Amino acid sequence: MNKVKSREKPVELIDKNGLRIDGRKLDELRPIKMEIGLLDKADGSAYIEQGKNKILAAVYGPREAHPKHIALPHRAVLRCRYHMAPFSVTERKSPAPSRREQELSKVIREALEPAVLSEYYPRTTIDLFIEVLQSDGGSRCAGITGASLALADAGIPMRGLVAACAVGKIAGKIALDLSDAEDKQGEADLPVAVMPRSNTVTLIQMDGSLTPEEFETAFEMAVRTCHAIHEQQKTTLKQRYLSIKEEVEEKNEQGKSEGQ
Amino acid sequence: MARIGQKTIEDMLALGKRMDNRGPHEFREMKLETGVVERACGSALINLGKTKVLVGVKVQQGEPFPDTPDEGVLTVNAELVPLASPSFEPGPPNENAIELARVVDRGIRESKAIDLKSLCIQLGKKTFVVFVDVYVLDHDGNLIDASSIASLAALLSAKINKYDVEDGEVVFKQELKPLPIQSQPIAITLAKIDKALVVDPSLDEEQVMSARLTVISDNHGRICAMQKGGSGTLAVEEVREGIKLALSKAPEIRSKVIEAAKA
Repeated sequence: MNKVKSREKPVELIDKNGLRIDGRKLDELRPIKMEIGLLDKADGSAYIEQGKNKILAAVYGPREAHPKHIALPHRAVLRCRYHMAPFSVTERKSPAPSRREQELSKVIREALEPAVLSEYYPRTTIDLFIEVLQSDGGSRCAGITGASLALADAGIPMRGLVAACAVGKIAGKIALDLSDAEDKQGEADLPVAVMPRSNTVTLIQMDGSLTPEEFETAFEMAVRTCHAIHEQQKTTLKQRYLSIKEEVEEKNEQGKSEGQ
Repeated sequence: MARIGQKTIEDMLALGKRMDNRGPHEFREMKLETGVVERACGSALINLGKTKVLVGVKVQQGEPFPDTPDEGVLTVNAELVPLASPSFEPGPPNENAIELARVVDRGIRESKAIDLKSLCIQLGKKTFVVFVDVYVLDHDGNLIDASSIASLAALLSAKINKYDVEDGEVVFKQELKPLPIQSQPIAITLAKIDKALVVDPSLDEEQVMSARLTVISDNHGRICAMQKGGSGTLAVEEVREGIKLALSKAPEIRSKVIEAAKA
């Protein structure tokens, strides 16, 4: 199919008030919603919305390794599949794994591996699935943030949670959490994942053009934001266990009053 | 690798020494030869220590992407052929081959090394497609830098026929001209071993490293691509240190590539 699309007219990414297309300031994150334990069959699951991104992450494991030769004698093998639903993007995407999805599956796995205490479960696999239901830029980062929650929900012991966000450059200015439209027209994209507990970087990629000074500004903004997202991850987890505790206490109360 | 080997490498590094007597910021001996495959428009064979990578560039007519009707197309593919390493198996590109191709691609694309607009033949209908095919022949570590360097050398030394466009058809002439290359991106990969950052890791070093960081920069010292690899972590300071190191090593590698491409 060879339609000539007229090149989309560039939108003004930053208006005269310094606001972006969606009204955000340069250093403003899109609103993030996190939910844990929403899937029944998975051992752990999480759902994250970040702007228009809608991403589901689920964990099966530790479970027996299939095929057996994958298993390692001293630790669990972490496997990760990042996949985008065909309807997640403007032009329908074929469900077959693209090269981009394969690369992202690898880097996301490498972003979470340092956090998982895999030595606790030798000869098993921990399978992590990330499904992007709707995509609007920064999905690998939101995916990592959600995957950490899913791993925690599965009760897998971890060195810490991993939080991720991307910083970019639009209209010459460093901006936090680019949307898809901003990324397409922008001059640089820098996704970063951090394990805030040890303040270490588990994922960093970059494409575009940044001077070392611009990189420093962007990097510092990304690390700081990962710490902020981490706070929300912790709150979400605490809420979940608080509500489980309340549920259990309620049932106990009921049980007592019925018994009387 | 056996623990003993791992420990030896780490202990030596604590003393600032590497197994092949290199300093931590030293590249292995590099030999770069261009024009090795005459059928290709451009080609380069790199020997980086014992790592050998052959890159071939082919330029053919094709269709532009619908959203960039006035631009040529760049496509990079990498093959980790089974003869290059006991760990490579036959089959379609696996995640390592895909990552390798995509990182090399980003270096070329984001630095705007090729002037893609000048490759357009007929707006929205015909354009030249530049195929960069990375063929790893012998894996002794640091495939990313080796592939990226050889790709650049192949592109710089590539020759295509001059042509006229008549009635939307390309009419080739006898004379040759180089590809329109306007930037020379250079990839520098560092490996983190225990607390040290070493440049151009050998295969042994890659097996004990906890993480690696590749930084690709252009002639103006701007960063155009980065990729962290490995299941370990990098301290925030190590990222900064790595970038500084990579930017300082790039110019010397760049001059070697330009030299080799002229030959």
